[in-house]
Amino acid sequence: MAASVPELNAGALRLTRARRKLGDRLGDPILRTLTWLAAAASVVLLALLVYKVFDQASESFSHFGLGFIGTREWNAVSGKFGAATFIYGTAVSAFGALLIAGPMAIAIALFLTELAPRAIRRPVATLVDLLAAIPSVVLGLWGILVLAPFVENQLEPALKSVLGWIPLFGGTASPFGLLPAILILTIMTVPIVAAITREVFATVPTELKEGAFALGATRWEMVRAVILPYARPGIVGGVLLGLGRALGEAIAVTQVIGDTAGIHASLFAPADTLASRVASEYQGAATTLQISSLAYLSAILLVFSLIANTIARLIVRRTTRRLQGGATAGAVADITEAEV
Amino acid sequence: MSASAAGPPGPVHPLLVSDGRLRRRKLVNRTMEGTATLAALIAVAVLALVIVSVLLKGVSALNLDFLTKPPAPFGQSGGGISNAIVGTALLVGMASVVAIPVGLLIGLCTSEFAPPRAASSIRFCLDILNGVPTIVTGIFVFGLLVVGHQQSGYAGAFALAIIMLPIVARAAHEVLALVPSTLKEAGLALGVARWRTVLTIVVPTAAGGMITGALLGVARVAGETAPLLFTCSIASTQVSTNPSQAVASIPVRIFELSEGPSPAEHAQGWAAALLLILFVLLLNVVARALYGRARSRIGVAS
Repeated sequence: MAASVPELNAGALRLTRARRKLGDRLGDPILRTLTWLAAAASVVLLALLVYKVFDQASESFSHFGLGFIGTREWNAVSGKFGAATFIYGTAVSAFGALLIAGPMAIAIALFLTELAPRAIRRPVATLVDLLAAIPSVVLGLWGILVLAPFVENQLEPALKSVLGWIPLFGGTASPFGLLPAILILTIMTVPIVAAITREVFATVPTELKEGAFALGATRWEMVRAVILPYARPGIVGGVLLGLGRALGEAIAVTQVIGDTAGIHASLFAPADTLASRVASEYQGAATTLQISSLAYLSAILLVFSLIANTIARLIVRRTTRRLQGGATAGAVADITEAEV
Repeated sequence: MSASAAGPPGPVHPLLVSDGRLRRRKLVNRTMEGTATLAALIAVAVLALVIVSVLLKGVSALNLDFLTKPPAPFGQSGGGISNAIVGTALLVGMASVVAIPVGLLIGLCTSEFAPPRAASSIRFCLDILNGVPTIVTGIFVFGLLVVGHQQSGYAGAFALAIIMLPIVARAAHEVLALVPSTLKEAGLALGVARWRTVLTIVVPTAAGGMITGALLGVARVAGETAPLLFTCSIASTQVSTNPSQAVASIPVRIFELSEGPSPAEHAQGWAAALLLILFVLLLNVVARALYGRARSRIGVAS
């Protein structure tokens, strides 16, 4: 009879099936639990990070209270600390950088989505992205040794002779100060804003663009009437992400900004930012109050960057969802975004 | 307008007449196109400028001694950064061992297991974590692991792992989400268990993209200085592979050299920067190439 053969096979099959069933019963919950544990760990990590930074700032906070934020003095000898000068430096350097980087990134995105011949779009986009990959310490080294002398000897005298009547561009030229910091931060933020703006521009429906052309619009009129309004939320989100990066950059800024506490009208004068002060002083901090005050500075910085990033992510997420409704088109942006 | 354009012998279409207004519109258009092109040129030029300066100034100080010798004792010339090369390899290696598996698991969780709402919240958390300034990450690890103990390779690697985690997880999620659901459904329809489907069908399909995320994460943290300043910077000048002590690293070494006064130090700084930038850019290029291949393998038009 042929029955014996299937029977034999059925026995073996039952055995492997039983083994596989056991594996499946265990495998599913194991993998599921592992992935959930990993995800939970990342959330806990974020919470712990915020707690630990604020915890380290507590001594300074109980000593100075919220008045710390408005105090301009920073004196390790007398033990008086305040954040006002660093908040000023952070705000001016970050906004200054975005003032240049924003329009420039939009222009680059327009070039890459509308003007460039198809063959060079990908390579040029990659090159712009690679700019974001340069480590900040290398950019800072370049800032000290190449950019700073250029700023002192060419750029600042030229700016002064043309715009010297504005206090921002008055004062004596110096290699280290807000201006080189702004330029370095511009270089760091342009690729970030450009990558996101480019992705948003790419989602503008072709029919709308062609409609504008059919009405006789020039390319620039089409951009102004169709692309920019359509992509505005995405641009704002991208600029805010760039702002988050510019606020928090410590190393490259500390290398070129001059590390001097003080509020000056001139962009040529040395200054300092929150991140840069923490980076330059933590090592040499003598008292626990000074260390705690530096932690207070980083807590303020953390709050600023959390606000900028939260708003930016919400906007970017909402617009990309509205514009594409699928995961595919945004994947490249998300990967480059993840990298920045 | 249309009437005049229809008649063959009639006057030329008004839009085609080069009156002052049209000339102005065309001029504005040309100016704006020129500005956009110029902006792209400047961005590429700055990249070229930075790379070329690093290349030109770094190449002269780059030699075998630089790669294989530890820094010269104070006051002597010569020496290299072998301790920093070994240290960076150690730190990045340890950070990767933690961050890559955990990051991939998080990517699996958000793309395969978590309900959409929860997945969205977890990804939001990762984005926020990614936006934390790296100097603040350094302060966090300082408070967590260094206060009361001492700087160590473990602390430095942990700080780097925190920075790497969201990069790996986000990239993994994005590429896993690209895997066609028909593939998964085919597996499930054949009675293959969920975890087997995920590990033998979904993950292999997305492997290229997941590797891309890992490489980008490595490239990013290899150049990080700020998180190491308080966690792993007071290091011996000798080659050390003991992570319970602080180890040297290339970015921190560049930072020290850049703040130094002598041209010899600057030359060494350039050489170290050249080494770092070559490594980072190479990883980036490889990662991007892999990602392109992975996408076309999954069948997404790129």
